Amino acid sequence: MAEIQQQADSGKGGKKRAKRQSTKIDMTPLVDLAALLITFFMLTTTFNKPQTMEINMPVKPDNIEEQIALKASNAMTIILGEDDKVFYYFGLAEDKPEVLETTYAADGIRKVLVSPQVKSNDKMTIMVKPMDGSRYKNMVDILDELKITDTKKFALVEIADADIKLVQEQIGG
Amino acid sequence: MPKVKVKRTNPSLDMTPMVDLFFLLVTFFMLTATARPDEAVIVDTPSSASEIKIPDTNVITITVDKNDRVFFGVDGQQTKEALLDKIGSKYGVSFTPEERKTFSLLSNFGVPINQLKSYLSMESNARKEVNQPGIPVDSTHNELGDWVLQTRLTNPNVVIAIKGDQDVSYPTVKRVIDILQDKKVNRFNLITDMEMKPTAL
Repeated sequence: MAEIQQQADSGKGGKKRAKRQSTKIDMTPLVDLAALLITFFMLTTTFNKPQTMEINMPVKPDNIEEQIALKASNAMTIILGEDDKVFYYFGLAEDKPEVLETTYAADGIRKVLVSPQVKSNDKMTIMVKPMDGSRYKNMVDILDELKITDTKKFALVEIADADIKLVQEQIGG
Repeated sequence: MPKVKVKRTNPSLDMTPMVDLFFLLVTFFMLTATARPDEAVIVDTPSSASEIKIPDTNVITITVDKNDRVFFGVDGQQTKEALLDKIGSKYGVSFTPEERKTFSLLSNFGVPINQLKSYLSMESNARKEVNQPGIPVDSTHNELGDWVLQTRLTNPNVVIAIKGDQDVSYPTVKRVIDILQDKKVNRFNLITDMEMKPTAL
């Protein structure tokens, strides 16, 4: 252990010799303490701040008549179903379009969103309609895909009965 | 022939550089550390490729856990004390100075207002044990809306962040978003985990 003691002067005669004291001190306790502090701070620190995804919801309109109806050629609907299923169709539900099933994987819905049918049309509006059985993760995933594919026009819309019927008729379940 | 001498080495080594390094690290961690707040629930957030960071201050965090319970949290001790007074006067509940102090130190909570007083008067250890029912969000007891509204009146600069678990059912999230939209909040953040952005589309 670190012991730096001052030797009392004996007062006796003889040559006064300065006692050579070693300057080295034992640093083990110091290291122990420092390592303890490092461990403590490392465990209590939150390093990366959580990421966020900003979304802007449309302001609720005061009266519905003022809204302009979407043209069928500019509409695409993505339906988020149960058990991580995704369905999509182009056009409006009234025209009985073909409903296709896809996945959240990179070669699933992303392929659709970068396809010429979507990308070449500036007015293409994507409507995301989560069904009641879908998870929050599904919603975040799809918003993320829209962001990755740089899709500008999209909206989170409540699912209509027509959409549910369409999926049930064509996909079943 | 001379005897082979075993060289005796001194086992004690110079620890000065090690100490230097350790204290450098201690200093670094002390300066960068922000203590992890006590969360009422642990949620597993979904991941996204978004790269926006959440601001440090003036954030309302609405946490939704996987049992569809809603928790409310806001930062800033003064904000919280003022907020508690406003909510108390609106619902006709008065809080003692100790309860206000406790409330100002909570990071988030999920109890209805009529249980808030008893929740705040608990010992801090007992408070961790208690099973919080979540803040009522149904249309008859829309307490979350009041919390959000009063917080925004107290501190107009707040940003609203929703921290939802992956497995929360969509209708619950939809309900929270609807409440926010009712209060004219149309811009908010969804807290997500980090994910690598795909390089090629």
